[in-house]
Amino acid sequence: MSDTHAQTVAFVRDTEIPSAPPPYAATGPVKWMRENLFATPANAVLTLLALYAIYLILAPTLPWILNGVWSANSLAECREILQGATGACFAVLTERWPQLLFGFKYPSDLYWRPTLAFVLLFVAVAPVLFFDLPRKLLIFTGLFPFIAYYLIWGGTIFVPILALVGCIGGFAVYQRFVTGSFAAGFFGGIAAALAIWYIGGLLIPAGASNNAMLTPVPSRDLGGFMLNMMLGVTCVSLSIPIGIALALGRQSSMPLIKVVCVVFIEFIRGVPLITLLFVASVMLSYFFPPESSVDLFLRVVIMITMFSAAYIAEVIRGGLAALPKGQYEAADSLGLDYPQAMRLIILPQALKISIPGIVNVAVGLFKDTTLVSVISMFDLVGMIRGPILASTEWNGVYWELLGFAALLFFVVCYGISQYSQWLERRLATDHR
Amino acid sequence: MAEHATQMQVSDEIAITISKMNKWYGTFHVLRDIDLTVNRGERIVICGPSGSGKSTLIRCINALEEHQQGSIEVDGTLLSSDLKNIDKIRSEVGMCFQHFNLFPHLTILENCTLAPIWVRKTPKKEAEETAMHFLEKVKIPDQAMKYPGQLSGGQQQRVAIARSLCMRPRIMLFDEPTSALDPEMIKEVLDTMIELAEEGMTMLCVTHEMGFARQVANRVIFMDAGQIVEQNEPEAFFNNPQSPRTQLFLSQILGH
Repeated sequence: MSDTHAQTVAFVRDTEIPSAPPPYAATGPVKWMRENLFATPANAVLTLLALYAIYLILAPTLPWILNGVWSANSLAECREILQGATGACFAVLTERWPQLLFGFKYPSDLYWRPTLAFVLLFVAVAPVLFFDLPRKLLIFTGLFPFIAYYLIWGGTIFVPILALVGCIGGFAVYQRFVTGSFAAGFFGGIAAALAIWYIGGLLIPAGASNNAMLTPVPSRDLGGFMLNMMLGVTCVSLSIPIGIALALGRQSSMPLIKVVCVVFIEFIRGVPLITLLFVASVMLSYFFPPESSVDLFLRVVIMITMFSAAYIAEVIRGGLAALPKGQYEAADSLGLDYPQAMRLIILPQALKISIPGIVNVAVGLFKDTTLVSVISMFDLVGMIRGPILASTEWNGVYWELLGFAALLFFVVCYGISQYSQWLERRLATDHR
Repeated sequence: MAEHATQMQVSDEIAITISKMNKWYGTFHVLRDIDLTVNRGERIVICGPSGSGKSTLIRCINALEEHQQGSIEVDGTLLSSDLKNIDKIRSEVGMCFQHFNLFPHLTILENCTLAPIWVRKTPKKEAEETAMHFLEKVKIPDQAMKYPGQLSGGQQQRVAIARSLCMRPRIMLFDEPTSALDPEMIKEVLDTMIELAEEGMTMLCVTHEMGFARQVANRVIFMDAGQIVEQNEPEAFFNNPQSPRTQLFLSQILGH
């Protein structure tokens, strides 16, 4: 301390203290370990116990995995190779690989078709998931369902083209009439699409599928993880818009719409998914005209979609309820009409709040697609429980197969979860 | 104050007519026999104790609240349950709220251009020019690309005013615009409102800022228990209140 101001001020600094690097123990890995692993004696004991627990788990599993046999033709052959040593029999995965992915009836020379559809799926969802990409890519997203249908099921190209034309026709009619009244546009659009499909259906010649460019594959020949992916992607992408409509309908001031939505949501939520799937596989055909045979895959898609739409509707209702009333009032006071207020102000915010809940439902839905194995559809789990474990070669290879199924589902679900966290960060504009 | 009064001319043209208007919340009678005529260019300040129905009254004017009896006519359009009429009136009447109610997911500029683009069908570029014009007017053009959450309360309220102005409204309603603000931010918002008044905007303002009322208003309305108790020119209203309820109210808010 200098004594220049000693009489007037208690303390005045006249020299700068130069900045110095922190001591070694206060930085880097040493600091991290001290703070996180050995902060207190109790903490240190817990760390050591945890290390021991990790050792106990890894000691038997690591050799089992590392010593695994990757090529053999049966469990017996695996055991011969191992000669009593511990080791997994991963050979079942390599030998039954196509069955696990595509099911046991999908023609093996056509595997390239669902694989191509799978690759195109990424191109199609990219602009939806990452909205910084050019908006023109959405055209491909719109076409993708029809391309994927054509690739996976094959048959005559007229069917997907007719479906596409019906959708475009319906949308055109909707655009034409929606300015007058929403109901006229909505129901007019649906009626137009149905009319186009009906008339077009009569025009397609009966034997068109027999000499088509892509060999037709019936729905019952689909299987494996492909089936889970198809059900998951279709049902999630259908149930989000339906869920939004149900959530808005439940808030509607029109009693009829409100009652219909409430009854639908409460009924579907109150019934186990398994029950709905049995209804789809057995009973739903009673509700359709006797000569029409609605495809089992379509019936299952309808049921799972309804089920998850009801859940998503409730999640979105929570998001809608979380918005301050002022947002509705501000939108109203600016003269925005109901569809504009919902689309531009309310839903963007409500959906953002609902992302964790929607992802929760989507992940649950994706895993629930394995339930179709109980109505004798051979999805991944159905393949494992049925044709593979029942075969004489692989009877008893539980850990490897079910572990593989768990890993596949984990990868997809973890990916969805990571994406949703990225999305939440990306959309965080409120700076709370 | 006198020079303001001469500057701001009130025309004979009628902007709002409210006659025999009644409103109930359930069985609670919030607004009773409200009769009010507002001429174009008038600046009306509405004050009164909380729960007296002053906010409800101005929220009825743009149909944020429904009235059950009587009539409200805004710019010659009768307010009915017809949605087309309501949307027409709402696009002519701007409103600022106590809690600003900016759209947090949109930038300041997008907040201002949204309604012109979607309701008025203004081309985007033109709407952005208008928005920047009004943002300059409320003195925050440099914040245009930020989100509402990054602005102070006073700035947010000025954006809210600019957002309403972008619709080029003929009438502005203010619902306690400064009540949620820190004292040093109140002035910047009031200055914006004064500027607006000087340009001849028809304004109905629910506020407790009596200095603002004295300086800008050409009429002060005092409400209590859902009724208009007293209305007068500001000088007469503050210096010589007639009703005992007005006297009590004024002594309470001016007394400290």
